[in-house]
Amino acid sequence: MDYNTLRHLADSWGLLAMLAIFVSLCAWPFRPGARSRNRDAATLIFKDDNDG
Amino acid sequence: MESSLTKVGLWFALLVLSILAVAGAQDSGFAVHMWIFAAVAFGGMWITAARYDPLARVQGIFHMPTDPTRYDDDPIRWGVIATMFWGTAGFLAGLFIALQLAFPALNFEPYLNFGRVRPLHTSAVIFAFGGNALIATSFYVVQRTCRARLAFPALARFVFWGYQLFIVLAASGYLMGVTQSREYAEPEWYVDIWLTIVWLSYAAVFIGTIVRRHEPHIYVANWFYLAFILTVAMLHVVNNLAVPVSFLGSRSYSAFAGVQDALTQWWYGHNAVGFFLTAGFLAMMYYFVPKQAERPVYSYRLSIIHFWSLIFLYIWAGPHHLHYTALPDWAQTLGMVFSVMLWMPSWGGMINGLMTLNGAWDKVRTDPIIRMMVMALAFYGMSTFEGPMLSIKSVNSLSHYTDWTIGHVHSGALGWNGMITFACVYYLVPRLWKRERLYSLRMINWHFWLATIGIVFYAASMWVAGITQGLMWREYGADGYLVNSFADTVSALHPMYLMRAFGGLLYLSGFVIMLVNVWKTIAGCIRVEVPMSDAAFDPEKDRPIATNRAAVSGAAIPAE
Repeated sequence: MDYNTLRHLADSWGLLAMLAIFVSLCAWPFRPGARSRNRDAATLIFKDDNDG
Repeated sequence: MESSLTKVGLWFALLVLSILAVAGAQDSGFAVHMWIFAAVAFGGMWITAARYDPLARVQGIFHMPTDPTRYDDDPIRWGVIATMFWGTAGFLAGLFIALQLAFPALNFEPYLNFGRVRPLHTSAVIFAFGGNALIATSFYVVQRTCRARLAFPALARFVFWGYQLFIVLAASGYLMGVTQSREYAEPEWYVDIWLTIVWLSYAAVFIGTIVRRHEPHIYVANWFYLAFILTVAMLHVVNNLAVPVSFLGSRSYSAFAGVQDALTQWWYGHNAVGFFLTAGFLAMMYYFVPKQAERPVYSYRLSIIHFWSLIFLYIWAGPHHLHYTALPDWAQTLGMVFSVMLWMPSWGGMINGLMTLNGAWDKVRTDPIIRMMVMALAFYGMSTFEGPMLSIKSVNSLSHYTDWTIGHVHSGALGWNGMITFACVYYLVPRLWKRERLYSLRMINWHFWLATIGIVFYAASMWVAGITQGLMWREYGADGYLVNSFADTVSALHPMYLMRAFGGLLYLSGFVIMLVNVWKTIAGCIRVEVPMSDAAFDPEKDRPIATNRAAVSGAAIPAE
């Protein structure tokens, strides 16, 4: 594995894999049924009256 | 008894080792640092042996509540005190070096010259002021959002005190000239090793608390804190790989050479901005802005997209610090492209923070803490627009190495990091010290305006200075020679340097007001003052309409 093999891997399959991971992570909160989970997550910091 | 005897023995062993290291030290800086270690070991030994608890005394001075509570807040209170202390030191150092640039006679050789005090200033504000604020708020937020106490209480205390020792070693090293000359990573190899130990302990406490959580979901603020802790650990270790000349001396040489060394340094340097000054402080934003506004974050989905975009993009942006250097052209372009792409998630995050106030915009008028948070987000937006713009090669050819960069850094650091930290400390102090409210809300307002006007002076003067410098450096005459010497640019910038120092003075004055406010709150005082806003009341209009209407028109009064 020399430098050239590595950089060709990086700017082809490596790049594609990173993009796929990124897009699926961003799409994850938009999956069906996520709306109520998102709302719960956003409001969980208000559950306790007193955070003392 | 037996365990305390073992402890005394351990401290004593550390003391002996430190003194041996002093005896064999290759240079005076290393010897002084080993004396500091020896003093710490002696103090530890004395406290353990005499069963004397100086911390309890100091806790008394700072009126820290000691009764048992649901969450472990003691390290957070210490963190708030440390944030205030190092903030004072860092801002004073900043004002001092600003004055040195305007009045070179203030360079007191060798310990207090510009070259030594500048890294002291940057480290004091970023790592001491910002770092303590991050550690304190992360411990506060992770406990509340996980509904669990801190995982390893003793380790959490070690993190706090170990981090203070790191700061003392770093700062004293700079003044003695002990530096490895890497921007934002100046401390030498043994101080780096110490910080690694402290940082891994910090990660253990934070992750341990998340693992023991009683809340199924991990709130988004904790994602940002986690990204900050893990990435800083990685950056710190890789960038500081070095070979010491002697194990009893302070000099070391980097494991990398030439342009690889430069790229490693700026991979670290820019991600220190991205993960220390951005991700960490965004974590503060995602918890404290919704809490203070009393409404959930505008869009939880957007916060997750914000998170992953920052993680995936920031790490590639470092090469824009090396435009037009020996770095390969494709790497420079890569850095530029990723920096420009960063604009979108940054503004997504800013909009998410600001729109959290949607439907409660009146709070900007009535609540000075919200006002400070909004100004912080506005500066986050401004500096994350300016940054991508400066990373474009053609803009960078004008701006690089000029004061424009310094202005850009300070609009981010003073505006975004400073303001959000102040707001969070104002939020935390009454809660941590069980006070009814802050000593004074009006003093926050004074702080807000002094800081804001200070930043305006700072940023505006540095824009003018930077563009002046850039244009003067590149000006050629008809004969093909440069028109201006370097000294010409220096004298042209003098008025701007004075304005910058004035801006810094305003910012520092605002902080002094904060110190008084926080101290008075801790002491339990409450200032009697007119509230910031009240429902409008006009006694003229506050009377029954009946007699009036009936007298004028004689008509029947409608039933309301």
